[in-house]
Amino acid sequence: MPLKNTSNQIENDEIGIFDNPVGVLGAGSFGTAVANILAEKSNVILYARNPDKVANINSTRISSKQKLKDNITVVYDLEFVANSCNVIFPIVSSAGFRDLITNIAPYLKPYHILIHGTKGLDNHVPSGVTIDEFNPLSREHVKTMSEVIMEETSVLRVGCLAGPNLAKEIAEKQPAASVVASHFDEVVNIGQKLLKNEHFLIYGSNDLIGIELCGVLKNIIAIGAGMIAGLGHGENAKSLLISRGIVEMVQLGKSLGGNPNAFLGLAGIGDLVATCSSKLSRNFTVGFRLASGETLKEILSSMDEVAEGIKTIEIINTLAKTYKVRCPITETLHKIMHGEMTVKEANSYLMKFPFRAEVDFL
Amino acid sequence: MTLQGNRKNKVKYSEVVPSMEKWPIVQLSKNRKAFVEHISNESFNNFLQNSRSRSIREELETTVYREKLRVKGNPWKVDPVDDRSYWKKIQQQLSESQNLNPEEAKESEEKLLKEIIERYSEEIAGNFKKTSYRFAKRFITFGFARLLNAARVKGILALFSRQLDLDDKINLVGYPEHIRKLAEKGTVVMVPTHFSNLDSILIGWIIQFLGLPPFIYGAGLNLFNIKIIAYFINSLGAYKVDRRKKNPIYLETLRTYSTEALRKGCHSLFFPGGTRSRSGKIEKALKLGLLSTTIEAQRINYQQNANSAAKIFIVPVVINYHFTLEAPVLINDYLKLKGQERYYVENDEFSSSYKIATFLLKFFTKGSNISVTLGKGMDVLGNYVDDEGNSLDHHGNVVDPIDYFITNGEVTVDKQREQEYVRILGKRIIEEFHIHNEVFASHLVAYTAFRIQMRKNPKLDLYSLLRLSEEDLILDYEDFKDVFKKLRKRLYKLNKKGKVGIAENLQRKADEAIRHGIKNVGMYHAKRPLVINKENEIRILDMNTLYYYHNRLEGYALEKYL
Repeated sequence: MPLKNTSNQIENDEIGIFDNPVGVLGAGSFGTAVANILAEKSNVILYARNPDKVANINSTRISSKQKLKDNITVVYDLEFVANSCNVIFPIVSSAGFRDLITNIAPYLKPYHILIHGTKGLDNHVPSGVTIDEFNPLSREHVKTMSEVIMEETSVLRVGCLAGPNLAKEIAEKQPAASVVASHFDEVVNIGQKLLKNEHFLIYGSNDLIGIELCGVLKNIIAIGAGMIAGLGHGENAKSLLISRGIVEMVQLGKSLGGNPNAFLGLAGIGDLVATCSSKLSRNFTVGFRLASGETLKEILSSMDEVAEGIKTIEIINTLAKTYKVRCPITETLHKIMHGEMTVKEANSYLMKFPFRAEVDFL
Repeated sequence: MTLQGNRKNKVKYSEVVPSMEKWPIVQLSKNRKAFVEHISNESFNNFLQNSRSRSIREELETTVYREKLRVKGNPWKVDPVDDRSYWKKIQQQLSESQNLNPEEAKESEEKLLKEIIERYSEEIAGNFKKTSYRFAKRFITFGFARLLNAARVKGILALFSRQLDLDDKINLVGYPEHIRKLAEKGTVVMVPTHFSNLDSILIGWIIQFLGLPPFIYGAGLNLFNIKIIAYFINSLGAYKVDRRKKNPIYLETLRTYSTEALRKGCHSLFFPGGTRSRSGKIEKALKLGLLSTTIEAQRINYQQNANSAAKIFIVPVVINYHFTLEAPVLINDYLKLKGQERYYVENDEFSSSYKIATFLLKFFTKGSNISVTLGKGMDVLGNYVDDEGNSLDHHGNVVDPIDYFITNGEVTVDKQREQEYVRILGKRIIEEFHIHNEVFASHLVAYTAFRIQMRKNPKLDLYSLLRLSEEDLILDYEDFKDVFKKLRKRLYKLNKKGKVGIAENLQRKADEAIRHGIKNVGMYHAKRPLVINKENEIRILDMNTLYYYHNRLEGYALEKYL
């Protein structure tokens, strides 16, 4: 599939960063939004998960309700993506992440740079291993996406993209910003160069795990925020949840290997405020509908994209016990999801919870 | 693989490179002058290129200041006679150049920088000589064998017996043939754990036993204070490292020396932990300075020769003793340091020839078995390599390390990236140390006894625990055996997963293994850590050394299984 000599492709010297096209794995709403941002500066190859979807996108040039830029090529061929691109952005749900990476692993080389945009955790207990009181669920089994990449491939230059990025607003070219985090300055710089444009600002960070955890943990709080909205509570209640939520995120983040500083930035508070205030957020919607009386099963069967927060609550609820971290919001949401508590009961439970210090991590 | 056995089926290794002329180290010493000049130029360029926050003048001023302080406060016999006058002269020239116009000043500063670097390069560079290498090698092997026989085989005539060699005493485990193959394919860098002063001698012997050409290694300049030692060290391929000089100009020159020697194909030896482990723990954090020269050298090789570049292999080595002669001193240092004692003076047991001689004599007459594990070779990113030197990623697929240095299709220089790679390599080496550690019965009895004490006194901190009174230091045998077996079971599990090695003496029946362990743990200390009497009563005599030997098994999360 030649990329040059088509009138739609951007000429190499105009790009000035990379001769090669940039890859995006996953044509969901965020994957598509990122592909469009990248396409402003580079030629992009977008991988979608099945041939039908690829055919569909190619004929309509619309992916996840967003119009695709002309210099994006949509394919169903991981080998082609790996061979054509030096920089690849995997942006799929955490549930499908490890499989995807395992499938592309044979074609990846240590010269590749991977920057993922997935805000979830991977729960991987090998067959034959049982989780019990002697071998509780721990960081040995629960991995961030960057850790999955390093486990499954020979790629070391890994980064992540996190921040308040509601896909619909980005598609409308409203002003927004995001963080690219990596242990490698090189990855941060390349991420910035590729993504930055006049309506999209990129900050850099070296705290990869911290930034990843921000994106992961805020989804829990977003579900809570949706519930509060669903109950018809106002702004006081919401800001109470957000500020207690950030404390809980920091405590959890610390126990999982993150640095508190990350949580105070764009990927932490920034993303939290955005997701907790917007009906565009899937996680918010889950909470909202739970509070309106729907069951989790009903909600899940009617959503076409994954709300990461649900899986994250399951994992974090167990992990918190292993690491002996109190996380009342997560615990309560877990109970609601499993029908052990109603939203109303949870509301009054949390209002009576004996919080001591307001902020004790700075 | 065990190399112990009777004399007839002993393994003897041939020389990997039979012709001495072809040894990189011989090539290097032949062209010593040119090499020193090359080092100076490279260091000078590196120093100018590495962007720092301080100007050259500032660097020069601090260096002169610190060097003058050193000359005055801590002079050594080995220091050049003109040390004092030299630094005075530099200081003068530096202050004179201050009044020049900027361009001339810059020129003068660079000239001074170059001159200092040249002086350092000359000092650091080794003085390897073929003839004295041969002599030293024979002398040492012969001498050790004599001492050993005298100690083991009774009677004065035994001095002339050829019954025992050093290899009877040293249990060589791991991948010797693999390492020999790697030494033919590329440059080998051995990175051993460091518990005793004996380690360097031991490694030196292992290298020649394996038939490898001599390795270069950084030896403390203080060792060169003693002429006879200096002779041996020089002839065995050492270069000089002065721990008193910590200024950036010196450190850059030292790094460049190591990098360039690696690039010339000189096999090298680093103790990545820096100094001996004071606590008895396997190294947890490594000194990354010298280690980073392996990555830099590899990258430069790739820049210059792309896919045909010579490869550098990292070989972790783990040394195990039942008994570390200097354990009491080391653990005391450690406890003092941890106890926040502000003024801590490192004492140097090797300050005179006499002390070294006594040390060696004690070791050979008293030492018990030693095991040395040669780990699998790795590339500079910590990927295992096969016998052909191909790197394999953790799924066993071949990777080409050049790809780690490539951005957008080209090998690029990125210091921050390489810093990250050193961190990754360091982590891998520590992992390998734990994997290749051979647990002795003596380590496990020490661990068991100390942990039982901790369990009995859950409220006490380390320092109070170490000061328990005598009547609290008796352990019930059955209880001890119970815990010992539980922990051993866990070690077997780890062993099955390839996470640790288990020595033969620990695999015996529990009672026997415990007896063997207690008999051997720290066996020649004035105060034994642990003893057992006929009534099977176990008694702790020295909590400090017990703690030291216990520490050897830190890092395996055994405490969870108590």
